[in-house]
Amino acid sequence: MLRAVDVSKSYGGVVALDGVTVSVCRGEVLALVGDNGAGKSTLVKIVSGVVRADKAELYVLGNSVDIGSPAVARSLGIRTVHQEQKLAENLDVIENLFLGEELARWTGPLHMVDFNSMVRPTEVALSKLRITTIADIRTPVARLSGGQRQAVAVARATLGQYRIVLLDEPTTGLSVEASARVMDMVMQLREGGCAVVLVSQSIEEVFEVADRVAVLHHGRLAGVFARAETTPEEVVTAVMGGQL
Amino acid sequence: MRSEENIGQRGAGDVRVAAAREVRDGGQRGAQLEEGQRQAGASRPGGRQSRVPSWLSAIVEQGTAMPALISLVVIAVFFEIESHYFLTGSNLSNLVVQTTTLVPVALGEVGVLLLAEIDLSLGSIVGATSAILGVMVSEVGVPWWLGMIIALACGAAMGAFQGAWIAFIRIPSFVVTIGGWLGFLGLQLFILGPQGTLSIFNPQVAALTGSYIPGGAGWVVGGALAVAVVARALLRLRAAGGRRRLGSLTLPALAAALMVGVVAVLNSYKGVPTAFVVVMGLLFAGWWILQHTRPGRNVFAIGGNPEPARRAGIGVRRIRFTAFVIAGTLGAVGGLMAASYNSSAGTLTGGGTLLLEAIGAAVIGGTSLFGGQGTVWAALSGALIMSAISNGLDLMNASSPVKYMVQGAVVLLAVTVDTLLRRRAGRSRRLGGITMSVGAP
Ligand SMILES: Nc1ncnc2c1ncn2[C@@H]1O[C@H](COP(=O)(O)OP(=O)(O)OP(=O)(O)O)[C@@H](O)[C@H]1O
Ligand SMILES: [Mg+2]
Repeated sequence: MLRAVDVSKSYGGVVALDGVTVSVCRGEVLALVGDNGAGKSTLVKIVSGVVRADKAELYVLGNSVDIGSPAVARSLGIRTVHQEQKLAENLDVIENLFLGEELARWTGPLHMVDFNSMVRPTEVALSKLRITTIADIRTPVARLSGGQRQAVAVARATLGQYRIVLLDEPTTGLSVEASARVMDMVMQLREGGCAVVLVSQSIEEVFEVADRVAVLHHGRLAGVFARAETTPEEVVTAVMGGQL
Repeated sequence: MRSEENIGQRGAGDVRVAAAREVRDGGQRGAQLEEGQRQAGASRPGGRQSRVPSWLSAIVEQGTAMPALISLVVIAVFFEIESHYFLTGSNLSNLVVQTTTLVPVALGEVGVLLLAEIDLSLGSIVGATSAILGVMVSEVGVPWWLGMIIALACGAAMGAFQGAWIAFIRIPSFVVTIGGWLGFLGLQLFILGPQGTLSIFNPQVAALTGSYIPGGAGWVVGGALAVAVVARALLRLRAAGGRRRLGSLTLPALAAALMVGVVAVLNSYKGVPTAFVVVMGLLFAGWWILQHTRPGRNVFAIGGNPEPARRAGIGVRRIRFTAFVIAGTLGAVGGLMAASYNSSAGTLTGGGTLLLEAIGAAVIGGTSLFGGQGTVWAALSGALIMSAISNGLDLMNASSPVKYMVQGAVVLLAVTVDTLLRRRAGRSRRLGGITMSVGAP
C-alpha cells in the first residue's frame, strides 16, 4: 500500500533520517519505534506532506508519488494524526474534526458549510473512542483538557475513507480506557483494510496491535521485526542501538 | 470564535455525547450521564456558580457586537443631551454617509486581522484609487461606471501585489504594507500631479454618496430584513427543541428593532442613503463568506494557528493572498466613497487618521489583533462609534486637539470594557494564545 524508499532528511547539520526504507501493506499495522529524536515524526511528516524530504521515493499502491503538500497526501488517501500542531485551538470540536474538509451543501469555490450535518458524525466519532467528558462539542478546543484534545485529534482518524492512516503517538496523555479504545480503533482500521503506521513509545501497545515493528535509531533503520517472531527484549535492544 | 452564528448553534450542539453511546454498556450509562451533566454545568460560562449576572454573560456570549452597541447608545445619549441635535434625522443621515468611507476600509482590515495579518496600506489605497477615479472620469473621460470598475480593479491589483509578497514570499504583512503605504501614496501624488487636487464633476459619482433610496423601498428592504432575522432565530429555537435558552433571541430581536429604527430615522430625513445600502451589502456578503463558506471558516483556523490549518490540507497561502486582494478592493470602495463625498480627489484623501481609525474600529468591535477572532459587524459598529464621536464633538464645536484626545480615550475605554466583561464571563479575548491587552484570562 505505502512504500517509502531511501528517505533522507537533515535539518541544518542534524541528520533526522538517513536512507530509511519502510513499507506497510493493506490491512497491516506497522509500528514505528525508536528513542526520542530517532526520526519517527520526521518520517511521518514526510509521508503526510508536511515537510519535504531531501531525498525519498514514495509509492502509494505501487505508483510513484510526489507528496508535496498535506493536500496531496489527503488526495492520496493518507490521513495523519500528528504528534503536535494537530488542532486549531480557537475552533470548536466539530470544526476541528472536520478541519479542512468541512461538510458542505454546495460545491464550487465557496462551499457552504453545513454545521448540522457534522454534529452527528462528530458524536459518533467521539463515542467510538468513548470520549464522554466533553460536555459540549461547540466548545473551543482550547478549553478542553490535554487528554480531551488528544482524543479529538485522534478521532479525526476515524472520519472519512482513508487507505493509509499515520498515528504519531496517539495515546500520549490519554487515560487507560481511552488508550484501549484507540487500540480498538487501530484494529478496526486494520480490519477495514487500511494500512496503519503507529508511532509509539509503549512496547506493550506495540505488541498488542502491530504486525511488524520497524525500529529507528539515530535516523537509520535498525531493523524490522515481525511480531510473531520477535520478543519485546529484542525490540528494546534494537531501540537502544544494539547494546543491552 | 464567538460570532453570532456559532453561538446560535452552540445550543443545538449541546448534546451530551454520553447519550450517543451504544446500548450495550447500559449498566454504566446512568453514572456516565450524570458525569456528563456535572461537566456540562461546570464548563458552561455564566452557569449558576458564576458571579456575573446571567443576562450579562448571555449578552457577552451572544456576540462581540454587543459591547460596541452599548457604547454607541451611551455616546448617542451623551451627545443628544449636550447638543440637542445629535439624534435628528438629518444629523444621523449625515453621520451614516460620512461613515461609508470608513466602513469598507475597516471591513477589509477585519478580514486580514482575522488571519493575524495587518494591512497598513489601505489609507493609501483609498487615496490612490480616488485619484484614479478622478483622472479617469474628469480627464480621460471614461463613463462613470467604467471609471469605478477601473478604480476597483486597481485596488484589487494593489492588494494582489502585496498579497503575493505576503503569502508566497512570506514577508511579514506589517513590512510589506508599510512599503505599500508609502508606494501607493507616491502613486496617488504622481497621479494628482503638481496641482494636487482633481475636481470630479460627475452626477453619477456624486450620487453614490449623495442619493437616497425612496422611503417606501427603504421600508420594504429594512422590514424584510428584520422579519428574516427574527424568523430565522425563531426557527432555530424551535429546531433546537428547548435546548436553547430564550435568551438566544435577545440579539436577533435587538438587531431587528435596530433595523426598523434605523430605517425610520433615515426616512425622516431624505431616505436610506444609497452608499449605506452598498456598505450593508458588503457587510452581509462578508458575514456570509466568513460564517458559512469553507474558505471563510478556514480563515479562523489559520488566524488561530496556521500550522494545524496547513497540516489539515487548507490552502493557507491562497486564503492569505485572497484576503489581501479583498482588502485592496474594499480600500478602493472606500476610495470611491471618498471621491464621491468630496466631489474631488486630493493629496489628503485617504490620509490622516483614516487607516488607524479603521484598525481602531475593527478592534473596538471585538476583532483580535492576533487573529482568529472577530466578526464583520465589528467594522460597522466600530466605525459608527468613531464617526459618532467625531460628529458629536463637531456639533459641540470641540477643537481638533480635544477631538483626537476623546477618540483615543474612547478606543481605550471600549476595548477595556469589552475585555473586562469577557474576562468575567470566563472567556479570554484570544483563546489559547496571547491575550490582547489582558494579562491572564
Ligand atoms: N523542525 C526541526 N528543525 C530542526 N531539527 C529538527 C526539526 N524537527 C526535528 N528535528 C530533529 O530531527 C531529529 C528527529 O526528530 P523527530 O521529531 O523525527 O524525532 P522523534 O523520533 O519523533 O522523537 P520523539 O520520540 O521525541 O517524538 C531530532 O534530532 C530533532 O532534533
Ligand atoms: Mg516524534
